[in-house]
Amino acid sequence: MSELLAAREVTLAYDGATVARDVSVAVPAGRVTVIIGPNACGKTTLLRALARLLAPKSGNVVLDGKDIRRYGTKEVARRLGLLPQAMTAPFGITVADLVARGRFPHQELFRQWSPADEEAVQAAMRLTRVTALAEREVDELSGGQRQRVWLAMVLAQQTPLMLLDEPTTYLDIAHQLDVLELCRKLNREEGRTLVMVLHDLNQAARYADHLVVMKDGAVVAEGAPADVLTVELLARTFALEARIATDPVSSTPMVIPVASLERHD
Amino acid sequence: MARRPLVVVASVALLAVLALLSFAVGTKPLAPSTTWDAVFDFDPANADHLLVRYLRLPRTALALVVGCCLGVAGAVMQALTRNALADPGILGVNAGAAAAIAAAIAFFGVTNVTSYMWFGLLGAALAGLAVFLLGGMRRGSSPVRLVLAGAALSIVLLALTQVIIVNSEETVFDQFRHWTVGSLQGRGTGVVLPVSLLALVGVGTAFGLAKALNAVVLGEEVGRSLGTDPVRVWSLTALVVILTSGAATAAAGPVGFVGLTAPHLARFVTGPDHRWVLPVSMLFSAILVLGADVLGRVVAPPGEVGVGIMVALIGGPFFVYLVRNRKLVQL
Repeated sequence: MSELLAAREVTLAYDGATVARDVSVAVPAGRVTVIIGPNACGKTTLLRALARLLAPKSGNVVLDGKDIRRYGTKEVARRLGLLPQAMTAPFGITVADLVARGRFPHQELFRQWSPADEEAVQAAMRLTRVTALAEREVDELSGGQRQRVWLAMVLAQQTPLMLLDEPTTYLDIAHQLDVLELCRKLNREEGRTLVMVLHDLNQAARYADHLVVMKDGAVVAEGAPADVLTVELLARTFALEARIATDPVSSTPMVIPVASLERHD
Repeated sequence: MARRPLVVVASVALLAVLALLSFAVGTKPLAPSTTWDAVFDFDPANADHLLVRYLRLPRTALALVVGCCLGVAGAVMQALTRNALADPGILGVNAGAAAAIAAAIAFFGVTNVTSYMWFGLLGAALAGLAVFLLGGMRRGSSPVRLVLAGAALSIVLLALTQVIIVNSEETVFDQFRHWTVGSLQGRGTGVVLPVSLLALVGVGTAFGLAKALNAVVLGEEVGRSLGTDPVRVWSLTALVVILTSGAATAAAGPVGFVGLTAPHLARFVTGPDHRWVLPVSMLFSAILVLGADVLGRVVAPPGEVGVGIMVALIGGPFFVYLVRNRKLVQL
């Protein structure tokens, strides 16, 4: 199993406060990797480091066999796209214009909009089913539509690798599923390698090929969901007493919470 | 947006009309035929021709250049700070120019506009640079930190300026007062030429940044993941603001408001794409400055009202109208 992206013993810190220490994680090519963990375990921080938004204090991030810092900024952006949690749609921007901004890493100072750019934008909008919304303003859309538009923008970047930080936040359950199905489609049909941070354990179990579990800034388990998700692991990392059944739809592990083991005293 | 090219053409036409008015209107009104001859059939013995050639022509040119500068500076500032209320003044550029010019008049006895313009430029550049460094260009781009640094430095510089002025002779105060209201009067080729060159570099750099700004306004993380280099974008934006806003302020005094208003109007008609926002904001701002200058020459005969005051008088109510009556175009 070849790895497209990997963190090698990275220590991550914000202004001196260490968030993760000596973390190593590998993202297998052509798979969906999902990172889970309790709040403040460092999963978003790890994703930021993998996307080169945060420079590790020590260790390095390797992209396609080369230290990510040795690529140019636009070079990285042609290989790796990111959907963060916080983004701003400029007031009055249309869907088509926002998606088109994903083409930035493919453009040069004096190069005009090319047929390849146009094709990438159209394909991204088709895949995310926002073509019909192309001329609408982003502010007028519903939360689910808006998230699909942002996904389209990242898709238009045409990167083999996509990192998504909680792409289902603020969406109702049906739209959460819609986004996750779309992500799976991108992986299965487009062959894109995905890394997602997810909150919901059952969704993680259902959509991950490769599950990474983090706690207190360290990776505590890694592997196929069926191997990783155990009663013992849930107790240890999430302070959760739970049973594990088999998801009748996807045959993946399904976590049924029983009680919180967190003692509030 | 099919109307974008139309907006550009209409703006250029309006600017041409205003420029012709600017040649004709003033303390001594001239017939359109006279101004036409002064430009295209110049007679050095004709006093009217001399007036147009050596006073109104450079003044009009300066109004255009100052306008372009302020429009571009405002648009890039608002994009970078993702703050619709950002104005080139918040970078401390105006305060820096003011302090330097006060010092030039008081300590070095500089009395003509052409000379103290260079002090103004230096002051603006130093202040702008200090704010960008204090604002944490190296610690990751934080718009809020930048705005706070600008506000803090402005206050300090303003206090310094007042200390200098209060402790100087009355003539110094009088000189400084004339600069501080913002005026295009009596600026010859010695001012117009260097300011135009600086403006050209600044505006050119800004246009080169348009696509990167389009990426940056989507949020810091999105911008970076799209491949913009934050340090590069910040440095180049700082360069643009210091060159354009610094040159405009040094030449014409602090002309507020245009840098805030013009980009809003531009975004309102063109949408949020900076490849259009920048040029249109530049044109609108030039229209505002030139229009205000022409109007300032006729509202209070036989004297005239400085462009800085006129811009605020016309622009203020207009902006209030805009905010109250239409959806204010945010970033």
